[in-house]
Amino acid sequence: MSIQVTPLGDRAIVLQQDDTAGADGWKQMADLAWKLKLQAEAWMIDIVPAYETVTVLYDPALLWLEIENGPEPGSLLPYQLAERKLTALMEDGRAAAEREIQGRRIDLPTYYGGKHGPDVEESAARSGLTADQFIEEHSKVEYTVAMIGFMPGFPYLSGLPEKLEQPRKSAPRAVVPAGSVGIAGKQTGIYPLATPGGWQIIGYTPIVMFNKERREPVLLRAGDRIRFIPVSNDS
Amino acid sequence: MGIQTVSAHGMKVVKAGLLTTVQDLGRIGYRSSGISTGGAMDRYALRMANLLVGNEEGAAGLEITLVGPELEVETDLLIAVCGAYLEPTIDGEELPMWRPVFVPRGAVLRFGGAISGCRAYIAAAGGFGVPRELGSRSTDVRAALGGLAGRRLAAGDALPCGAGQGAAAPFQWAAAWATALSRQGKAAAATAPEAAGRRLPWAAAPWFAPPGAYGGGDGEDGIVLRAMPGSEYGQFSEAAREALFRERYAVAPASDRMGCRLTGTPLIRQSRAELLSHGVTPGAVQVPPGGGPIILAADCQTTGGYPKIAHVATVDMPLLAQAKPGDAIRFQLVTLDEAQRLDRRRELDIRYLVAAIRSRQP
Repeated sequence: MSIQVTPLGDRAIVLQQDDTAGADGWKQMADLAWKLKLQAEAWMIDIVPAYETVTVLYDPALLWLEIENGPEPGSLLPYQLAERKLTALMEDGRAAAEREIQGRRIDLPTYYGGKHGPDVEESAARSGLTADQFIEEHSKVEYTVAMIGFMPGFPYLSGLPEKLEQPRKSAPRAVVPAGSVGIAGKQTGIYPLATPGGWQIIGYTPIVMFNKERREPVLLRAGDRIRFIPVSNDS
Repeated sequence: MGIQTVSAHGMKVVKAGLLTTVQDLGRIGYRSSGISTGGAMDRYALRMANLLVGNEEGAAGLEITLVGPELEVETDLLIAVCGAYLEPTIDGEELPMWRPVFVPRGAVLRFGGAISGCRAYIAAAGGFGVPRELGSRSTDVRAALGGLAGRRLAAGDALPCGAGQGAAAPFQWAAAWATALSRQGKAAAATAPEAAGRRLPWAAAPWFAPPGAYGGGDGEDGIVLRAMPGSEYGQFSEAAREALFRERYAVAPASDRMGCRLTGTPLIRQSRAELLSHGVTPGAVQVPPGGGPIILAADCQTTGGYPKIAHVATVDMPLLAQAKPGDAIRFQLVTLDEAQRLDRRRELDIRYLVAAIRSRQP
């Protein structure tokens, strides 16, 4: 895996893997983010893993301090020093202590279709399936949390069977209720909060994705493995 | 120390204004959970307001937007108002900005509409004592975090603030100014017979801190934002890249704390490849397929999928915070090198200003 390093504005830096990483590249990004978190120095303010990137937000003041007290003051920018330091951290042998993402296994009871999944019929028709077949296909596979983003605790899940892929809605809904399970493109995910949204909504899970009162406010982490367990709407 | 019970008072919201929220410098370290940093849109103005009342620069203050609130002060306070000019008054008299002001119990602070700029900040010595949630008092309306129950302020709200009510320990420097200014008020009351029987008058420090963040901002070209090429700059047509740094764009009414939407010459991207969701930060200039750019702001989501043609330099983010719908914006190209040096310069200026403010004793 080779990593390209580029700036994101003047206070963040992006580590991006090349195209050779393949569909599971996000696992390497989650690993890299974890590795950096374990060795985070004070100038590293936040570390955000995504599908093919890890974004590191930094405090340039601390880097300026180091530059000005160093052997070549004035010749280096905080960005360049951050790049050097991150490259060193990535190459550090000790840091490479392998961490296979030990995702937890979490079952999410899910009400499919009906008022909780208004787009199931339409989505099933696009996939050439009946609604029941569609639900069966969606609930029989195991998904992995590739990243958390967009809003507090929103998991982007990888592993959606190809035939279930759906386009986004042509006009986003004004409100998608919290707990809604949706599909957009190759991704399936769960809305932790009520928000406008353009994903096809196929179901609802009562498991709370985000609760600020919990010690860990966000339920899921990159690497967790998820299954949707269909629950009857009548029960 | 024994158990201390304090009645919750500080300020009462009589009228809330258009969008008044408690903000500090944001929620740090939760972006990998999808939680925005948030915090004051104009961090410079909030920091200055705090420094002028002896607070830590990151204490919570009130952010007021376009149309300001009416607030009743329930305890003697040292306050400072910085940022946009929204015709601030105290008991009907003009309230001077960018300086410490002693405000007696019972006084009424009233703001009007934004004459210049968009957002103003009120800091009070001791801070605003709303609970910290996930490390910050900033109001995140979307996630219902921070502030008062995670929402914008409404008429009737009681805001804990000031010494003993706020979050910060009162600082000796601020206490000295509050005392000196309240005495000045007493002296004025004694020599003005018509004021006899009324409560203590307010009084402002005889000096102010000149704001340095809005210098080159508002000229014939409108608001000029210095910006670096963005991550996907090279994927846009040459015409788009030239247009971005030549044309004037207008701030659209749909702009908010998440992003400033611009109308003007559409920016056409040559590549059609969809980007995978990636980390984004305030200042990124995203271009959705329609071609109308959006400058991400304080409450922006943590990840996004639109290509980024540019990135506004941190040093000019206060100018963005002060742009209101209808304002003209022009981008001026700078290098990363320049942006980082300008940012550094601004931070050093603030340090010098802090030293100067702190050395001013009453």
